[in-house]
Amino acid sequence: MTKRWLASFWLLAILLPWQAQALIIEITGGSEAALPIAIVPFGSEGFSAPEDISAVIQNDLSRSGRFAPLPEGDLISSPHEKSEINFKDWRLLRSEGLLVGKVSSVDGETYQVQFQLFDVYKGQQLVGKRYQVAASGLRRLAHQISDQVYQALTGEIGVFSTRLAFVSVMDNVDGSKRYTLQVSDSDGANPRTVLQSKQPILSPNWASDGERLAYVSFENGKAEVFVQEMRSGRRNSVAAFKGLNSAPAWSPDGKKLALTLSKAGNPEIYVLELASGKLSRVTHNSQAIDTEAVWMPNSRELLFTSDRGGRPQIYRVSADGGRAKRVTFEGRYNASPDISSDGQTLAMVHGLNGRFYIAVQDLDSSAVLVLTETGRDESPSFAPNGRMILYATEENGHGELAGVSVDGRIHQRLGESDRDVREPAWSPIRK
Amino acid sequence: MRLLKLTAGLLALLWLSACTTLGGSKESDRDAANSDVVVEDRNADTSGIDGENASGSDIDGGAETLVIAGEDQFQGGDVLDDPNSPLSNRVVYFEYDSSTVREEDLTTLEAHAAYLGDNPNVTIRLVGHTDERGSREYNLALGERRALAIRQTLMLQGASVKQFQVTSFGEERPDVEGHDEAAWQQNRRVELNYVGR
Repeated sequence: MTKRWLASFWLLAILLPWQAQALIIEITGGSEAALPIAIVPFGSEGFSAPEDISAVIQNDLSRSGRFAPLPEGDLISSPHEKSEINFKDWRLLRSEGLLVGKVSSVDGETYQVQFQLFDVYKGQQLVGKRYQVAASGLRRLAHQISDQVYQALTGEIGVFSTRLAFVSVMDNVDGSKRYTLQVSDSDGANPRTVLQSKQPILSPNWASDGERLAYVSFENGKAEVFVQEMRSGRRNSVAAFKGLNSAPAWSPDGKKLALTLSKAGNPEIYVLELASGKLSRVTHNSQAIDTEAVWMPNSRELLFTSDRGGRPQIYRVSADGGRAKRVTFEGRYNASPDISSDGQTLAMVHGLNGRFYIAVQDLDSSAVLVLTETGRDESPSFAPNGRMILYATEENGHGELAGVSVDGRIHQRLGESDRDVREPAWSPIRK
Repeated sequence: MRLLKLTAGLLALLWLSACTTLGGSKESDRDAANSDVVVEDRNADTSGIDGENASGSDIDGGAETLVIAGEDQFQGGDVLDDPNSPLSNRVVYFEYDSSTVREEDLTTLEAHAAYLGDNPNVTIRLVGHTDERGSREYNLALGERRALAIRQTLMLQGASVKQFQVTSFGEERPDVEGHDEAAWQQNRRVELNYVGR
C-alpha cells in the first residue's frame, strides 16, 4: 500500500510538478426541498480505512443540493447492518432514508465494502451490495454507492462517478502562460493533467464511451482539433486544414465528430467520420459564422451557433445538411448550445445588455429560463442525467467553474484561488 | 510502465512543440511593443507622438537595426523600419462584435497595401483577436472574420492573395488583461505581422 502510494507520488512528482490542489466545491444556494437522509459513518473493525467512504457519500449527496444529510450528532445510534437497526427509534428522526455500511480489510491491499440503504418507515432495504476493491478503488466505489442511493431515492440516474474535463491556465514567472487540460472526479477531487501546452487549449468534448476527449489546441500556431485517448494518452491530430479547425463534438455513437472548419474561406459545420476520414459539409452560408455544433441525442440533427440572421443565434439542421431552422428568438445573443440527454432542454449562453448568462430553453414550448446572475458566464455543459449544468464564470478577476440545476434553484461553485479554470465538459456515465 | 513510456513520449513531444512556439511568442512580444505605439496614437495627434517616439534613445536603436537589417537582406533604411511611416502601425482595432474596418485605420491600411503591392515577395500574417465577452468558439470565428476583412481591404488596394497568412486566436490572447471596456477595446484587434521581420 505505502509502496504503491510512494510510487504514484513519484510518478506525479516527475510528470506534474505544478499539480495544484483539487477544486473545492462549495454550495452557494440550495433547494428548500432537500431530502433529509441519515448516513451513519461506516464501521471499519478497528483499523483506519484509507478513504472515509461515508464522508465521500455524504459530500456527494449534500453537494447535489437534493439531499440534506443529518448532522452526525443527531444520529441516535451507529448501526452498520440491518440486525443492529431499531427502525422504531429511527422513525423519530424526520429522515426517510438510512444508509449504513462497513469496510473490512481482506489482505491489507484489498478491502471488502458493504452498504445498505433502508426505508425507515417501511423497515425495508431499498438497495444493498457488497464489493471487494483495491485501496485505490475505494473513492470511486464511494461515488458509485452515492449514485445508487441517489437513484433509489430520487428515481433519477446519479452522476457522482462521472468525471469533469476543464482547462486551467497559470502564469509562468516569465509572464508567459501555461495551459493544461485536466480531468478530475465529479467532486473536483483527483485532478490529473492530461495535456499541457504553452499555447491555448479549448473546447474539450467527451466521446460517449468516456474514454476519449476531442479538443482544440493552438500548439502549431493555429486552431487544430485533436483526439486523445484517456487510458494510453495517445493523441492524434484529426483536423489541421487551412484556416480554423475548432468546436469538436462527438456523435452519440462515438464514430463521428462535428467540427467547424474555415478551409473553404468561411467557418462552416462539417461532419468527420473518424475511421474513414470522410468529411462532409453540413452548412453552406458563405457570409455567416457557423460554429459550435452539438449532436441531438437522436444522432440525426445538430444544433449550432450562427450569425446568419445578423447576430449569434442557435439553429437546428440535419446532420446530412439541408435547410437550418432557427431555434432561439429571445434576446440578441444566444450561443454555445448544449443539449440534455433526453433532447428536451437546450442550455446556452444568453446575452442581455452586454452581459452573458447561462439559460435553458425548452425545445417544445420555447420557454427560456435564465439560471445565473453574474453576467460573465459561458461554456455550459450538461450533467449526463440532465439535472445540473456546469459552466465557466469569472470571480474576483479570474476564471472559475460553477454548477446550476436546470430549475435554477441549486448553485455550486468549484473554486480555486491560484489559477484560471474554464471550458468545463461533464463526462458521460461510465459504462 | 507502458503508460509511463507513452506519457514520457508525450512530454517530449510537448517539449518540442514548446520549443517551436518560442519563436511565436517572441514575435508577439514585438507586436505588443508595436501596439503600445498605436495605443498612444489613438488618443493624440499622430504625427506629434510619432515624432516624440523617434527622438532620444530610439535613434541609437535605429542605427543598430540598420546593421541587422543588412544581414537579413533587407535594404538599409527600409520604410518598414521608419517610425514616422504609417507602416509602423501594425495593429488595427474594431468595435464590439464588428469586423468593419474603421475609417481612422484606412491611412494605415493604404500604406500597407501599397507596400505589399510594391513588394510582391513579402508575406504578411494577419492575426485576429476579440475581447473576452461571449462564446470562445464564436470569438475564434469572429477573430478570423476580422483578419479576413483586413485582407480584403489590402487586396482591394493592390496586395495579392498569396501574400497573406490569416490566423485567429479569438479571445485567447488579450493584449491587455482586464475585464472592462478599456481593456476590451485594446483587445478587439488585428495584428499585421510581416513574416521574417
